[in-house]
Amino acid sequence: MSGAGPDWARVRADFPALRQQVRGKPLVYLDNAATSQKPQCVIDAVRQYYELHNANIHRGVHWLSEQATIAYEGVRKKVARFIGAPDPRECVFVRGATEGINLVAQTFGRTRIGKGDEIVLSALEHHSNIVPWQILCEEKGATIRVIPMNDAGELRMDEYAKLLSPKTKLVAVTHVSNALGTVTPIREIARMAKTAGATVLVDGAQAVPHQPVNVKDIGADFYIFSGHKMCAPTGIGVAWAPLALWNSLPPWQGGGDMISSVSFEKSTWAEVPAKFEAGTPNIEGVVGLGAAIDYLSAIGMDRIAAREKDLLAAFEAAILRVPGARIVGTARDKAGVASFVLEGIHPHDIGTIADREGVAIRTGHHCAQPVMTRLGLPATARASVAFYNTPEEAPLLEAALRKVTEVFRA
Amino acid sequence: MSDLNDLYGDVILEHYKRPRTFKLIPDATHKAAGANPLCGDHIQVFLKMDGEKIADIGFMGNGCAISRAAASIMTQELIGKTRAEAEAVRAKYQAMVTREAGKPWEGGDLGKLEIFAGVAEFPVRVKCATLAWHALEAALKGKGETVSTE
Repeated sequence: MSGAGPDWARVRADFPALRQQVRGKPLVYLDNAATSQKPQCVIDAVRQYYELHNANIHRGVHWLSEQATIAYEGVRKKVARFIGAPDPRECVFVRGATEGINLVAQTFGRTRIGKGDEIVLSALEHHSNIVPWQILCEEKGATIRVIPMNDAGELRMDEYAKLLSPKTKLVAVTHVSNALGTVTPIREIARMAKTAGATVLVDGAQAVPHQPVNVKDIGADFYIFSGHKMCAPTGIGVAWAPLALWNSLPPWQGGGDMISSVSFEKSTWAEVPAKFEAGTPNIEGVVGLGAAIDYLSAIGMDRIAAREKDLLAAFEAAILRVPGARIVGTARDKAGVASFVLEGIHPHDIGTIADREGVAIRTGHHCAQPVMTRLGLPATARASVAFYNTPEEAPLLEAALRKVTEVFRA
Repeated sequence: MSDLNDLYGDVILEHYKRPRTFKLIPDATHKAAGANPLCGDHIQVFLKMDGEKIADIGFMGNGCAISRAAASIMTQELIGKTRAEAEAVRAKYQAMVTREAGKPWEGGDLGKLEIFAGVAEFPVRVKCATLAWHALEAALKGKGETVSTE
């Protein structure tokens, strides 16, 4: 796929779930920020793994186990290339971004953050990048400070600068907001944190599926993301950190695969990444993630980002053509997400009526209650796009929303 | 095939736009709040009991059309009823909205509340239709805290 770029109609045809009708109408899937659909090649890769290569990894001397191990470790190399990690061993497989953040909280957090220390989060964070730190602060007597945002949903960098101090041990910030779509100035956030001597964790769950990401270029210490939002199966994700940082941390969960030797007196730990991957891992998920990375790379993340920018503009314009509609989150730099409200109509009712028209959107607080509280809204409706959406779906969203207003304004 | 009108009938929309008994009762003898955190719904129910009888009832709060209309119609239906009567209506209403989808409601006369029979066809909306009723139950039992439908 070079020159003119991919044939998007053919790309869309790779996703069997999108061929369905819902209540007699074509499915318009606009809940991609919750999870993406899966292309046939990912579904096939998982099936083929079970048909041909299923065995436990890192254990058997037999041929099948060797095949499974090669497949599993091969994906680690793909992940490293995909996010610009210098060494594949730096990429630890986890269940998803939530588990990745908890892994960092339980290893880095418990050994490096103590009484009186501060953790800086942002007003845009998903609950998964708030709650693990609250649990840690409760245990350690540390404090959470929050970078505020403006009405557009952009972080206040001037206020951020004021929060940084020698007490700041960690800055944990999202790369892209799942609730509003704001792309944060993550390089600058990381640079300022490092200058203050803090470690930087970036929640990349909404970024990696939608734009090229280079963890070294960003300057993060930890970069975390999920597979299921980027065409891979559920239950697989990646926590990245430089090898030296991982090596300096204690293990998290104990069990098989993470040890070097075990006796009842003392056990010794395996090398990174095995040290953080106790137990039989989600091998099918890893295999699926590898297929997803191949698929996205073949299209090109830069092309995906450009496509989704055009789509988002088309969908936002469609929403704004509906009487009483307002876009929530109007940051200059946005990716993938159109959060909105219709005057006098609760988002939950919008979601139910849109669903009757075959249009799948998310409604509620999007696991980001502090964002809603800051904006003074109980909830929003959210249309989130992926590259396989089409500009032709924008009028279908508009028609569904007009139907909502008809029901309520009759 | 369930129709949107099963959920968004004229009476429900009318009560959403102009809820009845949308009031705080300052001298309430019983009150409780119901929250549906996932949707951002929050409803407070106030009761003024005269012995066993509901002498006055009101509600306040924010919510979707279903939760607000359900609260409005609930308060209208329960005023003047005894605690035992209210509990019986609540149990029957709960059975109606949580019955198996596609089956007609045959559990007995619920009067005006039967306009919520269609909610059973929309399982994800059942918690909206029962939010005020959960708060009512908590209020009658004298629990002061917020009850959650999650």
